Amino acid sequence: MSTRHFGQPIKRNEDPRLLTGRALFTDDVQMAGMLHVAFLRSDLAHARIREIDLGGVQERPGVAAVYTADDLGDFWQPGPLLVPPPPVEQIEFHQRTQVPLAKEKVRHAGEAIVMVVAESRYIAEDALDDIYVDYEPLDAVVDLEAALADDAPLVHDDLERNVSASVVQSKGNWAQAEAEADTVIRRRLLYDRGTAAAMENRGIVASWDEKSQQLTIWDTTQAPIAIRNGLAAMLGLSEHQVRVIAPFIGGGFGPKIMMFYPEEVLLAWAALQLGRPLKWIEDREENFYATTQERGQVHDAAIALKRDGTVLGVKDAFLHDAGAYAPYGLTVPISSQCTILGPYVIPNYHSEFVSVFTNKPIVTPYRGAGRQHGVFVIERLLDIAAREMSLDTMEVRRRNFIRPDQFPYANEIIFQDFTSLVYDSGNYEPALDRALELIGYEAFTREEQPRREAAGERVGIAVVNYVEGTGIGPYEGARVNVTASGKVSVATGVGTQGQGHFTSFAQIVADQVGAAIEDVHVVTGDTDLFYWGAGTFASRGAVVAGNAMHAAAAKVRAKILKLAGDRLEAAEEDLELVDGQVRVKGVPETSISLGELALEANPMRGGVKPGTEPGLEATEYFGPERGATASGVHAIILKVDPETFLLEIEKYVVVHDCGTVINPLILDGQIQGGVAQGIGNAFYEQLHFDENGALRNASLMDYLLPTATDVPNIVSDHVVTPSPLNPLGVKGAGEAGAIPVGALFAQALDNAFRDIGLEVREIPLSPNRLFELVSEAVAEGAR
Amino acid sequence: MKPAVFDYHAPRTVDEALGLLAQYGGDAKPLAGGQSLVPTMNFRLAQPAALVDLNGIDELFYLRQGEGGLRCGAMTRQRSVENSTLAQRLSPLLHEAMPHIAHTQIRNRGTIGGSLAHADPAAELPALALALDARFYVRSLTDGRWIAARDYYTGLFTTAMQPEEMLVEAVFPALPAGSGWAFDEVARQHGNYALCGAAAIITQGEDGLVKNAKLVFLSVGEGPVEAFQAANMLVGERPTPEAVRAAADTAATQEIDPVGDIHAGPAFRRHLARVVAQRVLTRAAARASAEVSV
Repeated sequence: MSTRHFGQPIKRNEDPRLLTGRALFTDDVQMAGMLHVAFLRSDLAHARIREIDLGGVQERPGVAAVYTADDLGDFWQPGPLLVPPPPVEQIEFHQRTQVPLAKEKVRHAGEAIVMVVAESRYIAEDALDDIYVDYEPLDAVVDLEAALADDAPLVHDDLERNVSASVVQSKGNWAQAEAEADTVIRRRLLYDRGTAAAMENRGIVASWDEKSQQLTIWDTTQAPIAIRNGLAAMLGLSEHQVRVIAPFIGGGFGPKIMMFYPEEVLLAWAALQLGRPLKWIEDREENFYATTQERGQVHDAAIALKRDGTVLGVKDAFLHDAGAYAPYGLTVPISSQCTILGPYVIPNYHSEFVSVFTNKPIVTPYRGAGRQHGVFVIERLLDIAAREMSLDTMEVRRRNFIRPDQFPYANEIIFQDFTSLVYDSGNYEPALDRALELIGYEAFTREEQPRREAAGERVGIAVVNYVEGTGIGPYEGARVNVTASGKVSVATGVGTQGQGHFTSFAQIVADQVGAAIEDVHVVTGDTDLFYWGAGTFASRGAVVAGNAMHAAAAKVRAKILKLAGDRLEAAEEDLELVDGQVRVKGVPETSISLGELALEANPMRGGVKPGTEPGLEATEYFGPERGATASGVHAIILKVDPETFLLEIEKYVVVHDCGTVINPLILDGQIQGGVAQGIGNAFYEQLHFDENGALRNASLMDYLLPTATDVPNIVSDHVVTPSPLNPLGVKGAGEAGAIPVGALFAQALDNAFRDIGLEVREIPLSPNRLFELVSEAVAEGAR
Repeated sequence: MKPAVFDYHAPRTVDEALGLLAQYGGDAKPLAGGQSLVPTMNFRLAQPAALVDLNGIDELFYLRQGEGGLRCGAMTRQRSVENSTLAQRLSPLLHEAMPHIAHTQIRNRGTIGGSLAHADPAAELPALALALDARFYVRSLTDGRWIAARDYYTGLFTTAMQPEEMLVEAVFPALPAGSGWAFDEVARQHGNYALCGAAAIITQGEDGLVKNAKLVFLSVGEGPVEAFQAANMLVGERPTPEAVRAAADTAATQEIDPVGDIHAGPAFRRHLARVVAQRVLTRAAARASAEVSV
């Protein structure tokens, strides 16, 4: 009997290669005659470029070429707008996108000004020291509120204000909710910037082959197909002349789908100019400026409730830090706006935001993509409301959960995928119950916490909920091909950055065609092997590409059964696909292997019957009507050293609902990794910009990432509410771990310091900040 | 993040190394473990004309009991001290503090002399040297001299050494009888730079009164900072919790003037100084009492 692979905790096919250093990463690509690229980047966040003095750099031995914006001619163009503004009625939108090399003005520290190509990266960096840029420093736009002042300096001189966009969305009638409420809670909530800090920085190798007229690009991108299409258009090439390969990538997390990074267009262009392969590998310092970041928002939020804790409405106005350019449209702030609604019935909602240009690196989605802020706002409001109204904080949540019979649940506003925000499915209370059980809420609050507090300890507990819109369109495709060797080749357009695609996709296919999991070979992210697709983002790989895999594999299965039925002279319903064989049920000796069958489907003599295609191959596409709604609950027991304000996570629980689970082992890994980034976001990672827009901690010495000793083993469990929007019933899980951690830490710290009335209204925190907040709360209490 | 061009020399003897340092007239840097110098060069914050690599000079690698206490060749790896029972016996404070220095991988390369000479105010070894009254032997091509730790540290990343001089040995004197010691620090993550740290030594007489006390901080000034007043408050007293608390208070409020950075503001640093001082003085006093009562 064949084992079913789908749903099994199968170890990852790709890990032996990754763990033994035999996987191809971009920096592993070596080519004869290859040149290396370095960029002169702005030291200043905001300045006019008076003059660039190249200082004889072209004559330095080993330097092959030097380019400034002026050298690019017509190729110098602002990048495309990746996501247009959504179809919202009340919207203002100003498109300003990044440029390949700064011309006339620099708008953030680290913006590239000069590109140097040399025989080695060492020589290229030496050459940068030869160049002198004469700047006229300008006042920098750093603070979000100051950015909108009448006399604020302008990031883009041709705009009247530093407004990238403003959007108003609402449902119901907030004013009425406010009027009818027994209590209205208002708070200012802050969420500051961090960076994804993927283990592998970005990198590009570009090679133009004059004889085959073929451009090949290895790129650490999450969206190779879109990169190919765009580069072909920009360079005046046919799409078939450009091959983009996204090989193994050490972490994507969103910033690797910014299109186009200046380096992507410049290396491709210069490779054509010079006729030699070029390599640029971003170093860690560059990564802090040249790779996009996320998370600066300031919210003024209010919640209106009845005396019993029923939520009548929420109002929120926030500023979103877009950075110097906004190529990704409004994806992040729209996600924040939508995520505030959470798993709760909020009948009246008014939300408005202004996306603000600042002299800081560009903001695009990073794991969570604005959802962190939304969860932080609604969960903080509920926590604070419960406390002020002397209600049980978990009870307030229960009272407001959307009930299972209310799905599909329409929230009426527009989501980041431009469809109306409708939750397809969900079942929230069992997940909360399970999380409370696993964290031991009852026993902890009743017995353990009072006992430990009496002994002088500070220890808090927290439980927060979230929903996550996942698996959005437009579509992905997959091709499944059973080959004569009996191996199954599978290709899709999405790139992979560690998600386990080589295993989870193989599981989907293996079940359909009856092959062993090791015999299913998955290729992702090579535009010559799969032409169509969008990319890996928004927790959509498993949902969209996974369902395309399933459809293509089902079609191949049908072909296998039809052909095998002919060969074995048996009815298709009497056949089974087991261990790479097609067998007649109950007569295992009457069988044919998949390899033989593949050979017969592609004969050298005789005929392929009219109406049939050669081979055991199929290509299918899947595009969901809208995203699938995943949800979850995180719970924590957090110990605080009352003297040093260092934290120790004693227990961390995640109960997650991402619909049908393809591979629980991979899912747990995704959750664990996401929580690690969430912990970093909550307590370690913060980008410190000074008033001039200079980044004060652009190195891993001062930008602290959580390490193995800071991240606990997570206790995880699953509630399964299959999505009705796709045949597999799956929902995305890629971002789930990272999203609610800030809100969780805030609640836990409030709980640990509830005797002094601590109220955390900002993330990220640090021991220093916690010391300050606790000191303020103590001083407040003494007044 | 590639270093600028530099010459590289790998001498086999101290004399050869000193010759090279003299030849470059201050433009060369000795390369010990390279755990600070190499990143600084990769950021191009340091661009020495030459590196004089000390890793091939066998005569600088030793740890032995000798005149004056524990004698430590400049190139002795921090990890060697950590793993040394001799160091544990002769200089238990030094030994106990080693695991606080960065991570194991860094201590495998990082050297005693390198860290002492680098004079990073956040480093553990300079504070330990000050607390232990260590002495440093410093040589140039033509001369050699002893410098006491208290005279060696002259400011931020600066020492009393001349550019052509090199630290060749550090001597850590053994503690007098009746001494207790302790080291502690607060870092946001283990292995990261400490937000604040302190070393304490308390020597008690048979009568249970403190004969001598020392308290030295790291990460609160331009170099290691000794809290003389706090130490003096304890001398002649019993090291009761109250006395220790008062001394820690004095040290934190009157003897340091910490500056803020992105990890800790001055107020938090002061707060941590009090916390750490109290912890190390308490532990040192307990150990001293145990010594005396034996």
